[in-house]
Amino acid sequence: MTADVILRTRDVAKRFGKFNALNGVSAEFRRNVITSIIGPNGAGKSTYFNLLCGVLRPSSGTVEFEGRDVTGMPQHRFAHMGVVKSYQITTVFPQLCAHENVRLAAQARVTTFDMWRPRASLKSLIETADRVLERVGLADRRDRPAGLLAHGEQRALEIGIALASEPKLLLLDEPTAGMSPQETREVMDLIVSLAAERTIILVEHKMKLVLGVSERLIVLHHGELLAEGAPDDIRRNETVKRVYLGHRGH
Amino acid sequence: MTVDNVVALRPSEPARGWLSLARRRRAWLASLLLILFPLIVPFKALAAQILVYGLYALGLNLLFGYLGLLSFGHAALFGVGAYFCGIAVATFGLPWWAGIGLGIFGGTLAAALIGALAIRTRGIYFAMVTLALAQCVYYLFYEEAGWTGGESGLTGVDVKTIDLFGVSFNFVDPLVHYYVICAFVVAALFALSRILASPFGAVIEGVRENEARARASGIDVSRVRLVTFIVSGAFCGLAGALLSLNLSIVSIETLNYETSGLAVMMCLLGGMGTFFGPFVGAALFLLLENIVSLYTVHWQLIVGAAFVACVLFFPRGVWGTLMQGLEK
Ligand SMILES: Nc1ncnc2c1ncn2[C@@H]1O[C@H](COP(=O)(O)OP(=O)(O)OP(=O)(O)O)[C@@H](O)[C@H]1O
Ligand SMILES: [Mg+2]
Repeated sequence: MTADVILRTRDVAKRFGKFNALNGVSAEFRRNVITSIIGPNGAGKSTYFNLLCGVLRPSSGTVEFEGRDVTGMPQHRFAHMGVVKSYQITTVFPQLCAHENVRLAAQARVTTFDMWRPRASLKSLIETADRVLERVGLADRRDRPAGLLAHGEQRALEIGIALASEPKLLLLDEPTAGMSPQETREVMDLIVSLAAERTIILVEHKMKLVLGVSERLIVLHHGELLAEGAPDDIRRNETVKRVYLGHRGH
Repeated sequence: MTVDNVVALRPSEPARGWLSLARRRRAWLASLLLILFPLIVPFKALAAQILVYGLYALGLNLLFGYLGLLSFGHAALFGVGAYFCGIAVATFGLPWWAGIGLGIFGGTLAAALIGALAIRTRGIYFAMVTLALAQCVYYLFYEEAGWTGGESGLTGVDVKTIDLFGVSFNFVDPLVHYYVICAFVVAALFALSRILASPFGAVIEGVRENEARARASGIDVSRVRLVTFIVSGAFCGLAGALLSLNLSIVSIETLNYETSGLAVMMCLLGGMGTFFGPFVGAALFLLLENIVSLYTVHWQLIVGAAFVACVLFFPRGVWGTLMQGLEK
């Protein structure tokens, strides 16, 4: 195993009170490929995901990013390292226009406490935001308040906000949740195109959706690592089959 | 389209007619209104009070309206500003401008101390912690009567003339008095407008809109809260300094929790998160209080009822609702 590893967890666990949401998961994520975390509802995917980007602190175990122990670092520092997440539930800045949503995320990399210059003078950020909107297909929605965008557009905007931070590692929690088949296809295409330049970790409970696009998969079940491997291995894995059959048929 | 007028203040928005022009020139327009104000209102002394309290409410509005953080302890920032300026002028005989500088410093200092302790808490807890800390400041100033005059307040903050740009102004003349204070308020309006239009202003909006998203984008939300609290303190400190110069005395009530509530009320009345709302709120409240108290000793009852009516009929405040109407 000499593949270039960008992120690694060693034996991370998370307890909520007495409930063990995650029981000692160790896994590696390779650079510049898509790795998907799959598992049935309540498997602990979002919990694991939130440990990877600093939203939650593990109860035990460590998280390493580019060989550095980043366990327990405050979340905003993760963004500055290049680890950015999007949410399972859509969260944008609803009253700001689409462009400002993205521009603000881009700005956060550069300056926070500059109180005197007009923000319009930071031209490169405005251009970055326009480029990102173009990329996620929202150029014609530039000046609409984000809260007034359609659901699928808001999900795309959310990916745009994450992209504006120019992440090395992009974490997406069920980016197609609640989307029509058409929108789902568009967003999956977008994600695949983004993977050319950066590492992506995708959380999904619909296995079929990610088998085709992921280079590796991690299967969680009841807070345990059930299986890990290439799509073909996962497809053939008997335990995985049983878990998924038990939940929703095939 | 029902876009909140907070958003409408965004300078990056493309021009859309005169309303958008007015928005970009908000500091000029607000200043103009304040300059014309004493020509409409017959009570000059009251007009000056409205300026001072409007500025104080503006300080709270930055935190409460724009960032979405409710403080019930802003009297401490206002009061410390007033006492610092008052003590500088009355006790040490320093010139008026040093008093104003020290007032701003006092408000900022109080905000830094209270903010650093309170910023860890959220929502109603934040409001309660700021209230409790402000009460501590009240008792401290109450007990230190040697410096502050204690219960009877600090007297002798007398400034007869003000020299500005080589001209000597007679500070005793009510109209001159008003315009000298107005000059500082106008400066504050331009400063606020600039802050709101800055990258930091964008961060403030982002944190109010979606704290989790802001944090995920790399914004240190606690720091943003603290810095906004401190900037708010600078505005309130200036307002406090102007209060002491305006009245020539600083009463201990300035630090009372009622004064904290007053700023919240003025913000709500005028329209939280609107640029000019705090002044409208201050004007409505003080005019009502002054007029009604001429006729009845139960003025608080009437003013309270009027406040409730305003909140019911103008959920975005009088100014906020007016602006929203113009948007449509
Ligand atoms: N903050 C919390 N407090 C208590 N329990 C929690 C918390 N967050 C998650 N859980 C529990 O931990 C378990 C795993 O939740 P998690 O959200 O990680 O699942 P998931 O795999 O993402 O599911 P889904 O596919 O529904 O998104 C669930 O049983 C959930 O109820
Ligand atoms: Mg989940």
